[in-house]
Amino acid sequence: MIGIRIPEPTVEVKPLSEDIRRSMLYKMLQIRYTEEKLQELFLANAIRGTTHLCNGQEGVSTGVAAALRKGDTVTCTYRGHGHALAMGMPLKSLMAEMMGRVSGCCRGKGGSMHMTDASLGLLGANAIVGAQLPIAAGAALTAQIEKTGNIAVSFFGDAASNIGAFHETLNLASVWKLPVVFICENNRYGEYTPQHLTTPVEDLSIRAISYNMPGVTVDGQDSEVVFAEFSAAAARARAGEGPTFLEMKTYRYRGHSRTDTGPYRPAGELEAWMERDPIKILADKMIAAGQLDQVELEELTQSVQREILGAVEWAQREPYPDPEELTRDIFYEG
Amino acid sequence: MAQMNLLEAIRQGMDEEMEHDPRVFITGEDVGPRGGVFRVTQGLFEKYGPTRIIDSPLAELSIVGVGIGAALADLRPICEIQFADFIHPAMNQIMNEAARMYYRSGGTWTVPMVIRAPYGGGVGGGLYHSQSVEAFFAHTPGLKVIIPSTPYDAKGLIKSAIRDPNPVLFFETKKGYRLIKGDVPEGEYTVPIGEARVAREGSDLTVYSYGMMAHYAMQAAERVSQTDGIEAEVVDLRTLLPLDTKTVLESFKKTGKALIVHEDNLTMGFGAEIAAILASDGFEYMDAPIQRLCAPDIPGVPFSHPMQDYFMLNPTKIADAIRDLAAY
Ligand SMILES: Cc1ncc(C[n+]2csc(CCOP(=O)(O)OP(=O)(O)O)c2C)c(N)n1
Ligand SMILES: [Mg+2]
Repeated sequence: MIGIRIPEPTVEVKPLSEDIRRSMLYKMLQIRYTEEKLQELFLANAIRGTTHLCNGQEGVSTGVAAALRKGDTVTCTYRGHGHALAMGMPLKSLMAEMMGRVSGCCRGKGGSMHMTDASLGLLGANAIVGAQLPIAAGAALTAQIEKTGNIAVSFFGDAASNIGAFHETLNLASVWKLPVVFICENNRYGEYTPQHLTTPVEDLSIRAISYNMPGVTVDGQDSEVVFAEFSAAAARARAGEGPTFLEMKTYRYRGHSRTDTGPYRPAGELEAWMERDPIKILADKMIAAGQLDQVELEELTQSVQREILGAVEWAQREPYPDPEELTRDIFYEG
Repeated sequence: MAQMNLLEAIRQGMDEEMEHDPRVFITGEDVGPRGGVFRVTQGLFEKYGPTRIIDSPLAELSIVGVGIGAALADLRPICEIQFADFIHPAMNQIMNEAARMYYRSGGTWTVPMVIRAPYGGGVGGGLYHSQSVEAFFAHTPGLKVIIPSTPYDAKGLIKSAIRDPNPVLFFETKKGYRLIKGDVPEGEYTVPIGEARVAREGSDLTVYSYGMMAHYAMQAAERVSQTDGIEAEVVDLRTLLPLDTKTVLESFKKTGKALIVHEDNLTMGFGAEIAAILASDGFEYMDAPIQRLCAPDIPGVPFSHPMQDYFMLNPTKIADAIRDLAAY
């Protein structure tokens, strides 16, 4: 079995309230089974194009979203279903978008890679690697200038920390002391290529040093640790102390995209990470605290699956966009 | 003669060039053991090893910039951009450095490099995996721009591109990668850069196109020949820059009617240049208003598949446009 190094928390990790735990557990299950369902629908050709699933990484999006406040803004990646759901995007809105229906969150124009929801502060998932980082910094600049007390968050991958936009944005955000938190989901691979072949450092958090901002490597599989580390970073940002770079060690269970079976994974790696499953970690804590039992977990799982099925069936009956939709929304006409 | 698809022809062309010139190397994201996201470089890592098939970090600007420097210092880089949509971060290096280097150095420094990128829609990729970007580059003196539509041309042109002492953009229709098949002769041959090809002779009108749309234009031309007795000439431009204006005008002289077809959007697209050349240098042959059949002017190919279908041209839409023009 491959050993996984678990980073030590740098802040005190208190058990969260039962309510928060319950809602995080529900979100993680919702994300997990949504991804599973989507994979199934893709393979059955019921959804076109491609998709990038985040099963295994639910602890990151869920832990962060639970600590966000209304008014905060988020940019994320094409692997963005988890971020959208964690922030509260309705399943139906996501499903309809996945299926190219006009009732989807982008009226069918965006699809899997471009989930967006203004009411939640989700500025958008981005298919161009790195493009979402400066955009989050811009949203943070607004918060700073207008003194709203809000923060901005940008999610991105390990490989994205090699593109210029990452470095330019961290530099600017630090020098301007912007209220932004950079969250790198280090799942060890950029597409089909392992991190060490393209990146000279293992713990990406050390990249923060040269931008004179705190950089922390975090156990991304434990949603309570994610919550605690992110809350500390968010508090610094809200207090005007500037940005933080959080590197979340995590893992994706599925391939990079729809058809990738992950032949590049060393034997045993997937299994080792599945032992540190974010849902299991939180559920075990809740069971140990007497807040949950196996029967309840099973019931919750089934109700989540029913909800997903309901959203799928609903979305499948929704209409496709009309031809006129093609030339709609090019300019805002007031 | 071997039958192969477009993708295999490009791979074979690169393979042959790597065999006979040790200076040729390939770099880009996942080009190594994975063989590229579309597997165009599959098998080459095993054959040439990590010093000639080099996995790059995720950073297009440096993929191209490093290519430029390596080319200046004697190597022959082939830089792969995973999707044409991701070429934009490298724009500065291509436009400001590669394109202008020879001119600004008074003929001192050449940049013998190839930048390959799959382009185009129709594969459900949505706004950021479907773009046609050729017009930006065709507007930039100092670059050469190639878009093949057959395996024969693809192999012959990639070989010419690798040997060319100038920076060459080589766009590959991703929809056509496996769809387009054809005969490719064994062994050495090249197709010259800067020559269009009359892909089908006809006397009623000329269809000008390139890449995937040239492939569709051929199908459309065959169809209207059978159903309506219209004989369309099809000119496959193959190289956009430098453009073969001679072949373009010769065909127009013969038919007097032009339908320009491209997948890129209409406004300021490459078709505008063809139309302008025909209008100024072919005015006396003109028998009908010059027609352009292009994608709508919208900010990208939408994801939803019915919308993608409205967006994309196909043989039926081209055949309809041929009929309309023939009837003029
Ligand atoms: C500018 C740009 N270059 C290349 C790509 C193709 N691409 C999409 S995802 C990806 C790997 C990203 O890896 P990472 O940042 O680690 O995120 P992960 O997918 O692992 O979540 C690549 C190369 C892209 N979308 N945008
Ligand atoms: Mg990654």
